[in-house]
Amino acid sequence: MQGVGTIKRFLFVNRRAPWGTGYAVEALDAVLIAAAFDQDVSVLFVDDGVYQIKKGQDTRAIGVKNFSPAYGALATCDVEKLYVERESLKARGLGEGDLLVPVRVLGAKEVAELMDEQDVILSF
Amino acid sequence: MLHTVNRSPFEKSSLESALRLAKPGSALLLLEDAVYAAVKGTVLEEKMREAARRLRVHVLGPDLQARGLEEGALIEGIGVVDYRGFVDLAVENDKVHAWV
Repeated sequence: MQGVGTIKRFLFVNRRAPWGTGYAVEALDAVLIAAAFDQDVSVLFVDDGVYQIKKGQDTRAIGVKNFSPAYGALATCDVEKLYVERESLKARGLGEGDLLVPVRVLGAKEVAELMDEQDVILSF
Repeated sequence: MLHTVNRSPFEKSSLESALRLAKPGSALLLLEDAVYAAVKGTVLEEKMREAARRLRVHVLGPDLQARGLEEGALIEGIGVVDYRGFVDLAVENDKVHAWV
C-alpha cells in the first residue's frame, strides 16, 4: 500500500533549449511541484537541455521573463541532484565552467544507471 | 533571397537543408534557437565556417543575449543584426524563405 507520505524517486529529463519553446519552463514548474511534495527529485540535462543552465542568459531584449536564475535556487528547495550528460556539453562546445549551477557530469553509461534507479521519469 | 532559420540545429534539420539548398551569395539569418549554430566550438563549426564563406550569414543579437552567447564567441564572418537589421534584410532581398 502506498499512502500519503510515500516518497518516490523522480527524474526530470530536460532535452530542449530554454527560449524557443515552453518545455523548459514547464519542466522547472514540475520540478518545483515534486519538491514541494517532498519527493526525491533528480534533474538531468541532455541534448539541447544543457542550454537551460548556460551562464549569462539575459532575455530583456526578447521580452521574455528570464527564469534561468531559478536553477540556482533549486538547492534551497532541496533539489540538489543535478546531472548533465558529458557528450551533450561537448557537442555544443560547452564545459562545466559555462554552467550557472554546480552539476555532476555523467557519461552515457552513468545516465543509463541513473534512469534505471528511478521510480518515475518525466521527459520534457 | 533571404533565408531565415529559427530552430535548433541539434534538434531539427532546417539549418542543414537551408545550407544545402541556398544559392551562393544568398543571405542567411539565424534567429531564436538557430543562433546556437553561430558559435565556435560546436560539432557544426566547420560546416558553419564553410557556410559563412559561401553565404552572407547574420545572427539576431537579442536572441544571442537571451541565450548567454557572447559576440566574441561567434564564428568569424558571421555578423550580428538587431531587429531593425532584420527588417532591412527583409526589405533588401526580393524574397524571404523562412525554414520553419
